[in-house]
Amino acid sequence: MKKNYKKDFPLLQNLDIVYLDSGATSQKPIQVIEEIEKFYEHNNANPHRSAYTLSQETTEVYENTRRKIAKFINSKTSEQIIFSKNATESLNLIAYSYGFENLLKGDEVVISIMEHHSNLVPWQKITNSKSASLKYLYLNNNYEIDDEEIENKITDKTKIVGITYVSNVLGTINNVKKVIQVAHKHGAIVVVDASQAIPHMRIDVQDLNCDFLVFSGHKMYAPLGIGVLYGKKDLLENMNPFLMGGDMIEYVYEQETSFAPLPNKFEAGTQNVEGVIGLGAAIDYIEEIGYDNIFDIENEVVSYAKERLSKLNFLNLYITSNEFNHSSVISFNVKGVHPHDVASILDSVGVCIRSGNHCAQPLLRFLGLEATCRASFSFYNTKQDVDKLVSGLEKVYKIFSKYIENKLEGQ
Amino acid sequence: MSELEDMYSDLIMEHSMNSQNKKKLKDANYIELGHNPNCGDEISLQIKLNGDVIEDLAFLGHGCAISMSSTSIMIDTLRGKTVKEAKEIIKTFIQMIKREITDEVQLKKLEDAIAFKNISNMPARVKCSILAWRTLEDLLNKNCS
Repeated sequence: MKKNYKKDFPLLQNLDIVYLDSGATSQKPIQVIEEIEKFYEHNNANPHRSAYTLSQETTEVYENTRRKIAKFINSKTSEQIIFSKNATESLNLIAYSYGFENLLKGDEVVISIMEHHSNLVPWQKITNSKSASLKYLYLNNNYEIDDEEIENKITDKTKIVGITYVSNVLGTINNVKKVIQVAHKHGAIVVVDASQAIPHMRIDVQDLNCDFLVFSGHKMYAPLGIGVLYGKKDLLENMNPFLMGGDMIEYVYEQETSFAPLPNKFEAGTQNVEGVIGLGAAIDYIEEIGYDNIFDIENEVVSYAKERLSKLNFLNLYITSNEFNHSSVISFNVKGVHPHDVASILDSVGVCIRSGNHCAQPLLRFLGLEATCRASFSFYNTKQDVDKLVSGLEKVYKIFSKYIENKLEGQ
Repeated sequence: MSELEDMYSDLIMEHSMNSQNKKKLKDANYIELGHNPNCGDEISLQIKLNGDVIEDLAFLGHGCAISMSSTSIMIDTLRGKTVKEAKEIIKTFIQMIKREITDEVQLKKLEDAIAFKNISNMPARVKCSILAWRTLEDLLNKNCS
């Protein structure tokens, strides 16, 4: 049942562009947009607040979506699903409410060198302030983390491990299960950033046995500004709240407060209900298409892209040669041309790619790169999109080639 | 399309790929670092003053064609100018990029740097074109006020 899924995405119908930046944010299907519209036209009120029917109904829609997400990632209970602004806020919540409270002087936090700044900077801050140290899992020449590296770096001193499921720069799929097994053997907890994974593959938190897992809604066809934190119940229950305010309390006195049970303890203030509704609709949409189908379509398009790009001898590609460990992101450079110039010229032919350091400066420094171009794919992309990318890159090379040759001669 | 080809003109490309101004300056009086954290462009701008005259300028660093060529062309434009003249020209360049000055007569003092006039049509690249000029403005304000 092959279908052109572009038809579900109004923006891709309205604009004559090739969108290859879904790793930054995905486009939104009509199913999600309509659900949000319906919410404002029929359900809008503040949940958890009032006794009238409308507010009760809003609460119901909001909590139903929490249950839907729990089922989607196979969480034992729905109270282990906490809504946040995005993966970044979820990670900060963990760093402050778990990391800050539990790390002691001399403890170690281990993260991979391919972490997004959001799973790196908070740990820097926390380890610094607790006199703990921050260690890195480095990559082999094939842009992957070896099992040996995992076994060597995670020790009895390790208390927290942070790992991205899929790299937002390299597309490498990390052996997260191995990281979790090794970490648990040493008594450490593991935080998984699934932001780049969940649009492409099924996440099962019980099967992974991760302690925390986070993702953003906007990379998986939901609106901007909604994110999720999953945590093991005993960990969440023993953590202090991150933000204080309305709806997260039980009793408030002049000098002290007791806090609400999970999940409200971590959801201070009026929440992004429209975002939650949109995320629910996005999950329905993904389930309707099915991850198997998503994988088949993306695999075909990404394989075709790799094949065509690898034939352009003016490109450097930064991807693992192991196709089973590679997701839907391709980083590359046009030799001798800065990625921003590449992105500007591609933009002139309607091809949208990302250029820069992709919020992963330590990774780029480790790889000896200043910046890369990044094309990231979704199931709405087609082989024709890849063809347009390739012809755009040929244009880049045509504009730059004579100057590049002069430059190389001059060296 | 034509805007794009204007932007990647011979002048800009030669300055970005093969600049004579990209080197270490002997006897520099001041060095100022400039960077755009979002894109990773970095320059180190070196200046040699003789009284209030800018005797020489050079730069080191890396970045896109727009930022590198803008740096190199700025250096050609400002070499030999007084600090006061240089500050005026920097101000005019930034006003040109912001479209606050469009009058060709007023822009004449920018010399080759007028090539960046249409960068305001490519908002994503404005920061690239302005990096060196802001960096030099900081250097002069700090050291030559």
